[in-house]
Amino acid sequence: MKLGPYRKIALDGLWHNNQALVALLGLCPLLAVSSTVVNSLGLGLATTVALVFSNGVVSLIRNRITPDVRLPVFVLVIAANVTVIELLMNAFFHDLYKILGIFIPLIVTNCAIIGRAEAFASKNAVDRAVLDGLFMGLGFTAALVALGAFREIVGTGALLNRAELMFGETARNWSVRIIENYDGFLLAILPPGAFIGLGLIIALKNVIDARAKVRAQAAAGQPVAFTPAVRKA
Amino acid sequence: MRFPTAPAPHLAPPASTHRIMQWVLLAMIPGTAAQLWQFGPGVLVNLALAVTTALTAEYAMLRLRARHSRAGLSDWSATLTGALLAVSLPPIAPWWVTVFGTLFAIVIGKQLYGGLGYNPFNPAMVGYAVLLISFPKAMTAWLPPVDITGTHWGLSDAWNAIVHHTGPDGSSFDAVTMATPLDTLKTQLGLGRMADEIQSGPLFGALAGKGWQWVNLGYLAGGLWLLRRGLIAWQIPTGFLAALGTWSLVFFLLEPQTYPTPLFHLLGGATMLGAFFIATDPVTASTTPKGRLIYGALIGSLVFVIRAWGGYPDGVAFGVLLLNLAAPTIDHYTRPRVYGHPG
Repeated sequence: MKLGPYRKIALDGLWHNNQALVALLGLCPLLAVSSTVVNSLGLGLATTVALVFSNGVVSLIRNRITPDVRLPVFVLVIAANVTVIELLMNAFFHDLYKILGIFIPLIVTNCAIIGRAEAFASKNAVDRAVLDGLFMGLGFTAALVALGAFREIVGTGALLNRAELMFGETARNWSVRIIENYDGFLLAILPPGAFIGLGLIIALKNVIDARAKVRAQAAAGQPVAFTPAVRKA
Repeated sequence: MRFPTAPAPHLAPPASTHRIMQWVLLAMIPGTAAQLWQFGPGVLVNLALAVTTALTAEYAMLRLRARHSRAGLSDWSATLTGALLAVSLPPIAPWWVTVFGTLFAIVIGKQLYGGLGYNPFNPAMVGYAVLLISFPKAMTAWLPPVDITGTHWGLSDAWNAIVHHTGPDGSSFDAVTMATPLDTLKTQLGLGRMADEIQSGPLFGALAGKGWQWVNLGYLAGGLWLLRRGLIAWQIPTGFLAALGTWSLVFFLLEPQTYPTPLFHLLGGATMLGAFFIATDPVTASTTPKGRLIYGALIGSLVFVIRAWGGYPDGVAFGVLLLNLAAPTIDHYTRPRVYGHPG
């Protein structure tokens, strides 16, 4: 079995075509609930599960639906998945469910999910589609958690507040104080903090990519373009 | 005696950016002097902190962006941003508040958008709004003006208050600060007292809030000088003050129990600083003649709305930021008709 295409799917999902940082899809829930790591992780994993199942189902029925009706069908499939996830979260993570609130049903409208159904699952076999859903979801979760960690540390000076919402009673004292005697920076918790934080994370990714490209070009003996971003590479 | 005069035509040299910025800074002197007189030398410490931070941040960002850092620094725009933010802050705001607000203004409000000329929002007001939202306690602790206390703060007192967070002579910090007249009015109205009763209280002077009236008159004088030199468009302050005056007059006449006098609005809070120095920023304001009137009038209206019914005591920063957002649209719909072309 050749791993090449699977490796590409994984890398695309996690980094090169990260739905949040490159495609800039699904920003509404991303910006709205990323105020703490636990909220981010909860919504990220829910989105991942939704992506895996919707990609799988869409791939299974891809040869049976005509192009004219594909979008309504995709939406129905996604909505059914998300309803199941919502009910499960209500049953097993009730407190987290209450905090995430409307943003769990709103996963239906997350463009990343219908985007992957249209761009990938409807054209590929089931195994690839499911893998694509998994890694796109994990990439989205990673971006969400990074943003949540940034906002939580800058906003409150601590990390993993209220981890018991997700990991049960044993996690009640997981909260880590990063900065001592910190009064808090309210802006980071409020919506502007999400926009600024996401902008900074995208900028960081672009800098890393630009430097990697320069290193690759230099290693291959090609001329290197000189821009501020690569100056120190 | 010989006066070397070139033959006609005599044209005024076009005003350069650094010259305009210097003149605006000069025009801030009367208002700042009134602040110095009424609220003590804390404003000088704030100015020094903010301007130093602004210049350092501007230099660092220009270097990071591989731009010409000397040319960027010598246009005085960072100095003006720092100065405008410094005079908006409480006179004994902790040093980190001033430094952080200035950093935010220059780094995120200005340079990340592309530097001078590309920023959609007034950088000083971005810094101010961030501080007000994030650190409400430090941002509302104003000193009582000299007109009330009669005691003058020394420079060392102000320095200790800002850097070490201690009041003069070991007094508690909370004992020396007090709410601004706008803040007091809002709180007392919330407690069910009458506006005229509140305005006869010890915080209020002949025209408006004690101390604040002189600060506003100072900025009005500086602003009129700027108008006379043709450095700012007359439409913006006119629209601003006319709208604020009209709204406050209408509501004062309708219900004098709930709404303070128009004079209190016009000479209170950041009205004059906002109308002449902040709303007129050439980068972020509207640029057409009619558009400037609308832009100013909408800011003035928002200031009244926020002061009368909003959650914050003053609304100049929020009004200016919201209208910065609307300025391109206003410009789009108010483009002057070119002669000979149908509208």
